[in-house]
Amino acid sequence: MIRVEGVHHSYDDHPVLHGIDLTLTESRVGIIGANGSGKSTLARMLNGLVIPERGRVLVDGLDTRKHGHRIRQRVGFVFPDADTQIIMPTVAEDVAIGLSGRGLSKADVARRTTDILARYGLAAHHDRPAHLLSGGQKQMLALAAVLVTEPEILICDEPTTLLDLRNVTLVVETLKALPQQVILLTHHLDILHDFDRVLVIDEGRLAFDGAPSEAVDHYRALVSAGGTAPGRNTPR
Amino acid sequence: MSVTTYHPGTSWLHAVPAGPKLLGLALAVTGVLLTSHVAVVGTELAITALLYPATRMPFRLLWRNTRVLLPFLALVVAFQLLTATWQKSLVIGGQLLIVVLLAGLVTATTKVSTMLVLFERLARPLARVGVSPRRVALVLALTIRCIPLVASAWHTSSDAYRARGMRRTSWRVVVPVIVRLLRSAEALGEAITARGVAVDQPVSRHDQR
Repeated sequence: MIRVEGVHHSYDDHPVLHGIDLTLTESRVGIIGANGSGKSTLARMLNGLVIPERGRVLVDGLDTRKHGHRIRQRVGFVFPDADTQIIMPTVAEDVAIGLSGRGLSKADVARRTTDILARYGLAAHHDRPAHLLSGGQKQMLALAAVLVTEPEILICDEPTTLLDLRNVTLVVETLKALPQQVILLTHHLDILHDFDRVLVIDEGRLAFDGAPSEAVDHYRALVSAGGTAPGRNTPR
Repeated sequence: MSVTTYHPGTSWLHAVPAGPKLLGLALAVTGVLLTSHVAVVGTELAITALLYPATRMPFRLLWRNTRVLLPFLALVVAFQLLTATWQKSLVIGGQLLIVVLLAGLVTATTKVSTMLVLFERLARPLARVGVSPRRVALVLALTIRCIPLVASAWHTSSDAYRARGMRRTSWRVVVPVIVRLLRSAEALGEAITARGVAVDQPVSRHDQR
């Protein structure tokens, strides 16, 4: 469970988040909002990549301010551009690096790497240079490299932004089939229709928190109104 | 992007552990650099070229490794022709080619992760002066990983420059390329943190062959 308590944050005196309070328990949570609305900063706070200036974020009771590394072993994060998420030169090596320092034997690392690559359709690319994969394959690799560590929660920051329709479908179907809690930031509003809960972030504030269809309607109204919320829903 | 990368295989050279392989490379390179006769260098070059089929490496890899060096080789040989004898220029050109082909063969038959485990082991004495061997290995891995990122940043900036009506890529793209690379470096750093990669733990030993 993730709790966000009274979070405020700014970059170079430019406020990006104002007093966010949330408890995220649902299996599928969507976060939508305009570019620069603060949703990526909020997402990064959920696994301790960004520490709030004020307030705190707790993951299963652990404060991101004190337990960043432990939290990141529980909360996986997928970035929008897979190219910058791939650390190692080849596909298998990139998956395996996430398993280092976890006390696994050489055989276990090899088995888990091979299994996850097979599960996400990358078995044939095991020893291939990662930069030679297609955009969709790179995003699947980024996803596999995070999932191989078996995180309890997965945060995906616009993982479909750079993908074509076929690969968007592939990534979305993969995310929907996961047993983990998934928190998805996206501009593809149609993929949120069967989510449990969708948050709308506008100018660093929680502008709406509720069912997907209502959230999307609210966001569309917000955009039509030029960024002014027509009526704010009470945050949970 | 012409970077020699690992070619999976089951040849005898694939089976040689990384340590002896690198030691062999160092000895071979030293031996090659100590020779100064055209005929000997020619023989060494022929033997090196034969090592490719002997390790079941495709001919295109031999050609690719040679092609990458050709412009630089032409410059070196031309300079030597102007300042020394044709024999000397052939010896130096041949030595350069042999060294690159041998290094390419080692890279093609050794996984990066295997190399990193070796480098981490070699860097262990540095721990006494406060340098983390793990960090040394990770820096080397990231250096290799960044080669295609640099190439991609260069191509993207060049294309953007020419798309705006300029005829040729200019030195002006250097600044956007650097900016792009700084952003990529920041994102890579963030990814390493986000993925919980333990910087001070040993590199994954999922394949140390």
